[in-house]
Amino acid sequence: MNHSYYEASARERMAAFLDPGSFQEFLPPTDRVSSPHLRQLDQPGAFDDGILVGSGRLSGHAILAAAQEGVFMGGAVGEVHGAKLVGLLERALITRPEAVILLLETGGVRLHEANAGLVAVSEIMHAVLAVRTAGIPVIVLDGGQFGCFGGMGIVAALCDAVVMSEEGRLGLSGPEVIEASRGVEEFDSRDRALVWRTVGGKHRYMLGEATRLVEDSIPAFREAAIALLGTRPVFGLEDLEAEHARLRERLERFGDCRESIEIWTRLGIEDPQSLPLLETQAFLAQVGGKRA
Amino acid sequence: MESLVYEYQGGVPIESPRAPVIAGVVGSGNLEILVEAEGPDDRCTIVVVTAATGFGTIWQAVMNDFVARHKPGGVRLSINDVGATPAVVSLRLEQAWEAFKGGSA
Repeated sequence: MNHSYYEASARERMAAFLDPGSFQEFLPPTDRVSSPHLRQLDQPGAFDDGILVGSGRLSGHAILAAAQEGVFMGGAVGEVHGAKLVGLLERALITRPEAVILLLETGGVRLHEANAGLVAVSEIMHAVLAVRTAGIPVIVLDGGQFGCFGGMGIVAALCDAVVMSEEGRLGLSGPEVIEASRGVEEFDSRDRALVWRTVGGKHRYMLGEATRLVEDSIPAFREAAIALLGTRPVFGLEDLEAEHARLRERLERFGDCRESIEIWTRLGIEDPQSLPLLETQAFLAQVGGKRA
Repeated sequence: MESLVYEYQGGVPIESPRAPVIAGVVGSGNLEILVEAEGPDDRCTIVVVTAATGFGTIWQAVMNDFVARHKPGGVRLSINDVGATPAVVSLRLEQAWEAFKGGSA
């Protein structure tokens, strides 16, 4: 069986990520809780509206988890899709699991559902912060084909930890959106190498936005998530101000760089040109403690 | 978009209560199939919602082929389709049916 996280569907990921047979789905496909908007637009919906949510066990620990299906409308968040995620997060406040783990793969808001999708994303942000305030960590896994962008990119940044593979991508505006609004001179979205070394897992790890970088396999994501289960949300005004100071310092240090390779050079990486070609373990060995 | 319903009789009843299964994903050139135990023992109902209109006769042929091969009884198949080819539809039907008979959710 192929254990690539990138290639797997949301259901395959969830089944292989959790302890075998432990997943209990809330609102499964048989409940047919799907989008009321898509049908009005004469578009086929999915029985689960592109997300599965439920409870399960990770190395014996009780957790809540959600997985977005990128192939269905780019994993975009519609009204029902968003409500399932919000409901899962709010449930965490009652059942107090060890962690909430989000297997995100999404372009952000589902534009077909416009304001309903936007409201859903803001509710997700609010719910993530409520769960963290309650002392329960929220951990993101990002290694799917569609990456994690738009409002859900902000959601990922609001969480306690982000685990990425090299194949994963994380950002606000996706490459095509940047090219469409600022021109191809600003960002060539068809230059795959440029896209990956800008928003891909390796660079996100170098900047400290990805907590861990793992190889593209479901067991590797599982192992990283188990190691992060002890994470406790650090979440006060002082921490927020320290984070702002860190980001200000980062901007002063790298703000004039045109390219990720310039940043890696400034971080003191030897042979920075070689980073995109390295396997995950070799990459981690080469960059050592030289992250931003 | 088009909704199609096919009803078959004379199927072999499924042996014991089985958990519903879902196969495939709703994406371009792909489809999802939800299989559930439902209805009279010899009956098979197939409900298709497809983005491509006007292909009813081809769906009918693919479904006839599937039903002739497996004689499903006491089941409902619900399909969301985004223009999958007949070969892909047949493949997903086989996957869904195998998973359903195997009892794996």
